[in-house]
Amino acid sequence: MKHIDEYRDGELIRPLVAELRQSLTRPVRLMEVCGTHTMAIFRSGIRSILPEAMEIVSGPGCPVCVTSASHMDAFIAMAEIPGVRVAIFGDLFRVPGSSGSLANAAARGAQVEVVYSPMDALELATRHPAELVVFLGVGFETTTPGIAATILAAAKDAVDNFCVFSTQKVIPGPLEALMQDPDLNINALLCPGHVSAIIGAGAYQPFADRGLACVVAGFEPADLLNGLIMLARQIAEGRPKVENLYPRVVSWEGNGRARAMVEEIFEPVDTEWRGLGFIERSGLAIRDKYGRYDALKRLDITIPASAEPKGCLCGEILKGKTIPPHCPLFGSRCTPANPVGPCMVSSEGTCAAYHKYGQET
Amino acid sequence: MCLAVPMKVEQIEGDPDDFTRDQIAVVTMDGVRKKIRLDVVDRWPEVGDYVIVHAGFAIHSLVEEEARRNIELIREMASHMPEGILLHGGGGDS
Ligand code: SF4
Repeated sequence: MKHIDEYRDGELIRPLVAELRQSLTRPVRLMEVCGTHTMAIFRSGIRSILPEAMEIVSGPGCPVCVTSASHMDAFIAMAEIPGVRVAIFGDLFRVPGSSGSLANAAARGAQVEVVYSPMDALELATRHPAELVVFLGVGFETTTPGIAATILAAAKDAVDNFCVFSTQKVIPGPLEALMQDPDLNINALLCPGHVSAIIGAGAYQPFADRGLACVVAGFEPADLLNGLIMLARQIAEGRPKVENLYPRVVSWEGNGRARAMVEEIFEPVDTEWRGLGFIERSGLAIRDKYGRYDALKRLDITIPASAEPKGCLCGEILKGKTIPPHCPLFGSRCTPANPVGPCMVSSEGTCAAYHKYGQET
Repeated sequence: MCLAVPMKVEQIEGDPDDFTRDQIAVVTMDGVRKKIRLDVVDRWPEVGDYVIVHAGFAIHSLVEEEARRNIELIREMASHMPEGILLHGGGGDS
């Protein structure tokens, strides 16, 4: 598509890099909280041209990476119930629980199907009327509306052999918790692009009110650089605010239609994040009204306590407290082909990004 | 898994106010044709618009001019920078 190519235009990039250097009069330590940003920052090579005074840390922006070992264990237990077929996003297939992954379960005979959309899972249910199809819901604000719409479609068509195991999560609360951590010392936020399409740029105003520079940016190199420049300028001027540099996709209010649909199906619940632990009202559970589509109500599954893979530092990485090369398993015991932790499994995980792009610092 | 891509709307089935019918669009990108759902899109698109698609659902629709306006913005920023920056701004001295 032509207008995408123009954002990659070298003529556009060079002056932006120079401008970033000029704008950076005070140190900026920024957190990005979107797996797609993590990858885009590496792919664009922006890390290699970053001035020293600017540091980028990756936060808990990859939904697969923050899925707790206990949720993975519950997913695997569900997949192993006879008569159950689980449908998952591909990234989940090899994520380790406390012992083994869905891939191991599939090898033992469990029915595990990779789907592109929750709607495909509903279709699977129609095609396999004798089985119960369970969609393993993992994702943030971008993914949840589609899952809500799928549950509504199941209700409309009275598909009874379909349900969802919701581990859906919301971003602002956990981000707030992280920002309170004095060790992290973050003064700028690169807000996620597509999550913001749903929640709106206005959702970050409380962060700006507390002194954080906030910018919503897209994913092309020029988008990203532009975002970094604006953050540097806000900090240089000492005037933190929310700036939206992705107006072609993100509005101040966000997508009210999608949020209304989510509100209809889901309600807030305390949930566990890998590395971050339980965070109040940071998860979404299916309301009683739609209880017949809730896998936790249909199946006799209890979510066990989490046991993280031994030696894996994903928790610290997701908090932005350390970087993958500092993990003793990185690149040796733990590689994309043989991952130990979820940050290496997901293509948007921080460990996978460092591994792919060979960043050493 | 968070990847969301803009795709061009070629065909629309269904109606924004009729929830008894499926709300579907046929979209294309780089020669790939796909059926996606319009259930949660913020604004009902027209044929020729773009939609941002995530996991089979359009989450946002935009007209091509909207996409272009942002490019102009960045162009303009670049053109307002002092000439010295344009000349000396290098890709990487790190
Ligand atoms: S390199 Fe592997 S073991 Fe280490 S933190 Fe990352 S995912 Fe965990």
